[in-house]
Amino acid sequence: MEAVHTHADHGHHDHGHDDHDHKPTGLKRWLMSTNHKDIGTMYLWFSFCMFIVGGIMALVIRSELFQPGLQIVKPEFFNSMTTYHGLIMVFGAIMPAFVGFANWLIPMQIGAADMAFPRMNNLSFWLLPPAAFLLIGAQFAPGGGAGVGWTLYAPLSTQAGPAMDLTIFAIHILGMSSIMGSINIITTLLNMRAPGMTLMKMPMFCWTWLITAYLLVAVMPVLAGAVTMTLTDRHFGTHFFNAAGGGDPVLYQHIFWFFGHPEVYIIAIPAFGVVSQVIPAFSRKPLFGYASMVYATASIAILSFMVWAHHMYTAGMPVQAQLYFMYATVLIAVPTGVKVFNWVATMWRGSLTFETPMLFALGFLFLFTLGGFTGLVLSITPVDVQLHDTYYVVAHFHYVMVAGALFSAFAGIYFWLPKWTGRMYDEKLGRIHFWLSLVFFNLTFFVQHFLGLAGMPRRIPDYALQFAEFNAISSVGAFGFGFSQLLFLYIVIKTITSGEKAPDRPWEGADSLEWTHLPSPAPFHSFVEPPVIK
Amino acid sequence: MRNLGVNKWIFAVASLLSSVAAWAEYKLNLQTPHTLLGEKIYDLHTIVTIICVIIFVGVFGFMFYAVFHHRKSVGHKAAQFHENTAVEVAWTLIPFVILIALAIPATGTLITMRDTTEADITIKATGYQWKWGYDYLKGEGAGISFYSALSTPRSQIDGEDVAGRQANPHYLLETDNNVVVPVGQKIRILTTAADVIHAWYVPALSVKQDAVPGFIRDTWFKAEQPGIYRGQCAELCGKEHGFMPIVVEVMTAEKYTAWVASQQTKAVAAKVDPDKTWTLAELKTQGEKVFGQNCAACHQATGMGVPGAFPALSGSKVVNGPQQDQIKLVLNGKQGTAMNSFKHLSDVELASVITYTRNSWSNHTGEAVSPASIKAQR
Amino acid sequence: MVGGECVFLWSHAEVLLVGAMINKRANNRMMTRLSIFAAGMFGFGFLLVPFYEKICEVTGVNNLIKPAVAVVNTQVDVSRWVSMEFDANAHGLNWEFKPVQRTMKVHPGEMVQVEYDVTNKGDRATVGQAIPSYGPNHAGPFVRKLECFCFKQQLLQAGETKRMPVQFVLDGGLPADLNTITLSYTFFEVQGASLKPTKADGVNS
Repeated sequence: MEAVHTHADHGHHDHGHDDHDHKPTGLKRWLMSTNHKDIGTMYLWFSFCMFIVGGIMALVIRSELFQPGLQIVKPEFFNSMTTYHGLIMVFGAIMPAFVGFANWLIPMQIGAADMAFPRMNNLSFWLLPPAAFLLIGAQFAPGGGAGVGWTLYAPLSTQAGPAMDLTIFAIHILGMSSIMGSINIITTLLNMRAPGMTLMKMPMFCWTWLITAYLLVAVMPVLAGAVTMTLTDRHFGTHFFNAAGGGDPVLYQHIFWFFGHPEVYIIAIPAFGVVSQVIPAFSRKPLFGYASMVYATASIAILSFMVWAHHMYTAGMPVQAQLYFMYATVLIAVPTGVKVFNWVATMWRGSLTFETPMLFALGFLFLFTLGGFTGLVLSITPVDVQLHDTYYVVAHFHYVMVAGALFSAFAGIYFWLPKWTGRMYDEKLGRIHFWLSLVFFNLTFFVQHFLGLAGMPRRIPDYALQFAEFNAISSVGAFGFGFSQLLFLYIVIKTITSGEKAPDRPWEGADSLEWTHLPSPAPFHSFVEPPVIK
Repeated sequence: MRNLGVNKWIFAVASLLSSVAAWAEYKLNLQTPHTLLGEKIYDLHTIVTIICVIIFVGVFGFMFYAVFHHRKSVGHKAAQFHENTAVEVAWTLIPFVILIALAIPATGTLITMRDTTEADITIKATGYQWKWGYDYLKGEGAGISFYSALSTPRSQIDGEDVAGRQANPHYLLETDNNVVVPVGQKIRILTTAADVIHAWYVPALSVKQDAVPGFIRDTWFKAEQPGIYRGQCAELCGKEHGFMPIVVEVMTAEKYTAWVASQQTKAVAAKVDPDKTWTLAELKTQGEKVFGQNCAACHQATGMGVPGAFPALSGSKVVNGPQQDQIKLVLNGKQGTAMNSFKHLSDVELASVITYTRNSWSNHTGEAVSPASIKAQR
Repeated sequence: MVGGECVFLWSHAEVLLVGAMINKRANNRMMTRLSIFAAGMFGFGFLLVPFYEKICEVTGVNNLIKPAVAVVNTQVDVSRWVSMEFDANAHGLNWEFKPVQRTMKVHPGEMVQVEYDVTNKGDRATVGQAIPSYGPNHAGPFVRKLECFCFKQQLLQAGETKRMPVQFVLDGGLPADLNTITLSYTFFEVQGASLKPTKADGVNS
């Protein structure tokens, strides 16, 4: 279905046509870039920096939790660390990483020369460093960073110090960046596909970004509304979340999670897209059930609007509401299951090899599904009443976001590095990075399921003695995982500076346009004229 | 009929595994439930987990089979199929059916959990930053009212007394006043909060309910065995969120009646005679307790505060200065800082704690603050 | 348009240029639509506030401080008792606030009056607003308040005590399994106190 053919005169000599290989140089190249490849590169490097910053915050948390007692940090600083670890990882690391993939790959995969709005693309990226500066800078505000949790619940948030205002401002900026980026992506995908590339011939990665971008445009503004209401409650005399004025703190939770649940799919769905490119390539077999993958992804996206209050089962909503949200939430397991089955069926009776991208994709498959199952456990309301706000939830979302989205991002980076840089990464080192990440990740987070079951709440800097052993194991795992990512940095730099030259198509099973039509590295301007797809 | 057979098998395995309450001993599972509803929740969790494990093993059985047998390196050639309508329909419908099967027992359990009617005793739990207040509203013990704060000494937390911490089996899970209830009776818990959202959570009694400021929520439990059950606040509420535990002491009916009587005697004794004159020593003793519960978290038991964050009281100008200024500050808090208002404490409590600060550490004012002075400034 | 229908007569450059122009128009149209959508969703976030209030009103989850429409045909259901509990809280106010009766058994349909005592223990006049809350939440719509001190802000002079009534009727449609209802009030201080009546005007305390 995804086989593409071109006219004879647009063969593999396309790059000969490109007289645009001269690129701008120096600072201007990056500051004023309107090139989707350069902007993609900037997004990826930015997200890696944020990953390190957020990771350091996580290590502060795990250091304090290594043993019972308060040894290292004060409780208010600990709360600030948990808050900004969450905000930075979600908004600064994982989301920009996948936007980086979108920028690099979408134009190449649909045969377009660039994104629909190259200058807006530039703005979307350059809004991010100031936002990051605000989030990191909030630590130094009087009173320290806001220790309110990444979910910023009122009235804790309406009472927090000045760091909260900086944080709200940062979120507004991040939201604008995402919304503009999503408008760009939707427009590009709908309007700029090469002739002959119908929507149902688009690579799965593009489909996932089309759906994700719609989700983003729909819900980021709602988050903006929620934090704006928090801001006006704080400073301009409104009382959206204050019972004294006729408001309700739980209103905040509803508005936030109306954003928050689609947000987790905004993170997961592009990850699905990457994996849907990698697994067929290394199985040398087409993706199983392309159409049902599209429908399943769209169903997940639509359903994600209807389940938000499963994050709030204990807030006090009527039992009928709890029942509705329980039923709606368990339903999401159906399309998600379909996707997992489709990936396994893609591998079934394929001809498999296990280079690093495939290792990470399989890690994703195995561990994201495990996280999905703990999500199913949590969706059952009576069980959730025991597990809400405990470490079981922390374990669940780290499985789907780290072993899920992050592993998928690693798979994508190893997969596409040859196309982006023209050089191969070191396969042996890549495997070591995979195995270290896999082992330490599980060491860190598997035991947290038990902590939650045993009753350890979230967001506490000190805990009762029966939780000590598993916390110690988790902390050791966290440090191992963190340091393993330094190996990844080394691998990427080594590839860029001295990797072996890569062939145009190092993966024989990869068949999207960037592999079949473009050299490695892809030229600065590619598909200046669109290829024709049969 | 085949369905029934399969269900029987699942339930057999489930009950076998769930009866392995030993799992709870290894802290790999939920805490052993001590209510009938809690047992239902425990079983529900077991069933869902088992179903998940079965599906997981099945699906990844296929994946690992492919990983080993469908490898290029063993010469396997790739098939090219990419669709199979029958299979796709099956693996959409079967999970759907399984989910309905899960949702049905969950529905019944949930409805029972939300039915707070016909309770024997009603207790209101109010979340404060950072302790709980309990008011017995209805049933045997109505009228009893007290605060319940963490009683683990700060020195065990800060690391001054590591040996103490290691020898303390209830570290961070002990309070000065426990919530006492009789066994076998339906206890309705109303939750609310005085400042931000808290949550009342006792795992062994299978209850968790958010406490929202300005609103009342309710939940219930009926303990089947006497015992002491410990829980914690389960909604981030500020810096001491991890330090406001809940201890529920379930007593036999007779012991409970005796406890109620003793509380009422205590209340009568503690009723403040407005004309009573308090000595400096009495105020200081009482004040030290109040200080430990309300002030030490920030100003430290040493009175030295935390430089840059919480001012030292020892040698403080305010504490050594005019009484009414210190009283005003404690009553009203200080805008723009973390110093809350403490006007919810009684005149006696405030008089005693201010007296304590004025006569402890390096402060030697020799002054006693009377409850009347507090009252005058409210 | 360049050259009209005969596209094959255009030069290569013209083809690319026209393609780009068409693209640009289509792209700009798409961007406008999506921006409007985004702006709409921002408004939707704020719309959730009255939306939420409406839903709460309809389902009776968090009752607003409005008097009930006068209940006609109040047939007292003597076959059923409902156990009512009364609770009081004061937030950030130096007021002592407690119900005169802690519990009461009532019949649905029966007009009931209970009282709350409130004392201003401070040394200055303060204005407070009482907000009701119900346990369980869904009992709210069945407690039809005809008169309530929560309909208006209350001014108390320093040291003043007031005994304030609440008059209500339990709706006959109260579900059979709802036998215990807690009516709880929380008094909040109204800053910059000016004594204005709240949403329900003209109802005296």
